[in-house]
Amino acid sequence: MTRAGGNTIPVLIVLAALLVIWYIAATLMNAPWQAALYERAGTTDVPLAQYLADVWGQPKPLLPAPHQIVQEVWDNTVGQALSSKRSFLYHAGITLSATLMGFVLGTVLGLGLAVLILHNEAMNRSLMPWIIASQTVPILAIAPMLVIGLNAIGVTGLFPKALISTYLSFFPVVVGMVKGLRSPDQMQLDLMRTYNASRLEIFTKLRWPASMPYLFASMKVGIAIALIGALVAELTNTAAGGLGVRLLTGSYNGQTITIWGVLLMAATLAAILVLAVGAAEKLVLRNMGQAPA
Amino acid sequence: MSNWQRILAIVAGVAATLGALLVAGAAATHLWLVVFGVAGALSLLRFAVNVRPRVDGLLAGFGGLTLLASLGEVGPSLWLALLATWLFAWLFIDRLAQQLARGETAAPGLGLVVPLAFGLTLLLLWEVAVRGLGVPQVLLPAPSQIYARIISSGPTLWADFQQTFLKAVLAGYLLGCASGFAVAILVDRSQFLRRGLLPIGNFVSALPIIGIAPIMVMWFGFDWPSKAAVIVCITFFPMLVNTVAGLNASGRMERDLMRTYASGYGQTLFKLRLPAAWPFIFNALKINSTLALIGAIVAEFFGTPIVGMGFRISTEAGRLNVDVVWAEVAVAAVAGSATYGLIVLVERAVTFWHPSVRGGRA
Repeated sequence: MTRAGGNTIPVLIVLAALLVIWYIAATLMNAPWQAALYERAGTTDVPLAQYLADVWGQPKPLLPAPHQIVQEVWDNTVGQALSSKRSFLYHAGITLSATLMGFVLGTVLGLGLAVLILHNEAMNRSLMPWIIASQTVPILAIAPMLVIGLNAIGVTGLFPKALISTYLSFFPVVVGMVKGLRSPDQMQLDLMRTYNASRLEIFTKLRWPASMPYLFASMKVGIAIALIGALVAELTNTAAGGLGVRLLTGSYNGQTITIWGVLLMAATLAAILVLAVGAAEKLVLRNMGQAPA
Repeated sequence: MSNWQRILAIVAGVAATLGALLVAGAAATHLWLVVFGVAGALSLLRFAVNVRPRVDGLLAGFGGLTLLASLGEVGPSLWLALLATWLFAWLFIDRLAQQLARGETAAPGLGLVVPLAFGLTLLLLWEVAVRGLGVPQVLLPAPSQIYARIISSGPTLWADFQQTFLKAVLAGYLLGCASGFAVAILVDRSQFLRRGLLPIGNFVSALPIIGIAPIMVMWFGFDWPSKAAVIVCITFFPMLVNTVAGLNASGRMERDLMRTYASGYGQTLFKLRLPAAWPFIFNALKINSTLALIGAIVAEFFGTPIVGMGFRISTEAGRLNVDVVWAEVAVAAVAGSATYGLIVLVERAVTFWHPSVRGGRA
């Protein structure tokens, strides 16, 4: 993975193979229902082209064909006004704002905890095990309940959702940053000491710059799970909107194409977010004169 | 003691003393608060004589019991005692951690005392704050209420645990990890597949796969197989990516050495590359253990028979029976932590040679 260009062709070929497999699977999985439809209509001897068009064009297929999903996303993004409640972009915007708020809060919290853990032995020994244990609490599972609970005391809107994202995204940042801030070796620390550097100076001039690659690696993980947190947190509050709500309504109405469309939308969002963090990483590391990892 | 610890000690001692003085008039009814206050006042003698950290620990423990015993009476003295208890616990943790770091005490198990004391302090603060401040139960029940609920509805919790953990999570986790591992071994044989599949696998790991839950419920029905299917999808990619990375972790030199021994693919795999890959594989197992539990519970939001942890959480949350929800969360947290701990133990046994196990900070 050292050469970005070297992987392009294999990736494209694998993707093409996956698409072919998908179409075959769609054909096989939707075939029974299509057969039932033909039997009802009394049609026999369907030509292959017509059959494929029918199998890949069912309104509520068991597995929609890729072009149906792309069509659905296209209809609900370009085909709709941005303010329309049918627009995926409108819902994606709601999810995105909760994700970003949670991500920023989580990163700040993670940084703060990492600094505490670095500078205080008691914090290191007492906090670290609980931070790890905190992630075995399936907070994502009670996200909808937390949203209800916070609504009950009048905390509404973005914040409850963002809180879930915060809880999920602070963890990689703490773990990564504790590692990153400790990454300068003894020689470098000794050099700082010979310069009579204070703790603050060691932090700002050695530890912080040295931890940048770790920070961005953690932030990439963090923003991806912040998005998951926001999505799941939306599963309850159907009035507020968001991609999670579209997922739930699609599931209740059996609109498989909508579900897959929302998934594609969420995947695109995740990709954009991770790429954005990656771009920021390149920019920062280049300005600091470091080679990107 | 550092300056910081001195400040902690003074504030803690003074707070305990003040708390006792406030109720000294009715010493008979607030006996324990007064005793705790006197003990706190005596602790100020630490500036004259040497007081060991464990004394602070004992004081904090005694303060905690006092607080629990006198929760009924809310007043400034209770909050002062709470402050004192918290600070004593802090002081205890701080001093013990310092001693451990300097290697002054090396009794086995002492390393565990620090996080345990921290956790107990948090629980105590939670309990006293929730009950003392009268936080509505809908928002946050006290730990004792959650515990009472766990005891009183044991059979329900066990049935949910069986449905969600023993059936869905276990099946999905084993299947997902095993298939991810198997595909990784296959992928690893082909340079082309590795270059084509790995970037995709990396990318898919970052996607909100949990969203396929409604689709899986549609395909595999309401019962646990659909949840297991979701878990298979969630756990597959982290395992794939980590195993492939691990298989490439062995160095060029080591592989060349195997070549000079004329060892075949199988021998190189089992004697060099798999052992070198264990740390990566265990990393994936750990990530997956938390993902699997979350996946099962979230998948149950989309349709389930009337049993299961996710089902219970969503229905009881709707009825605002928050203590049941927290009881389920506690069960899930214990199950999750136990699984994680088990994996860590196995990891230590298998990768005993790894620097992070042999000691020293990673």
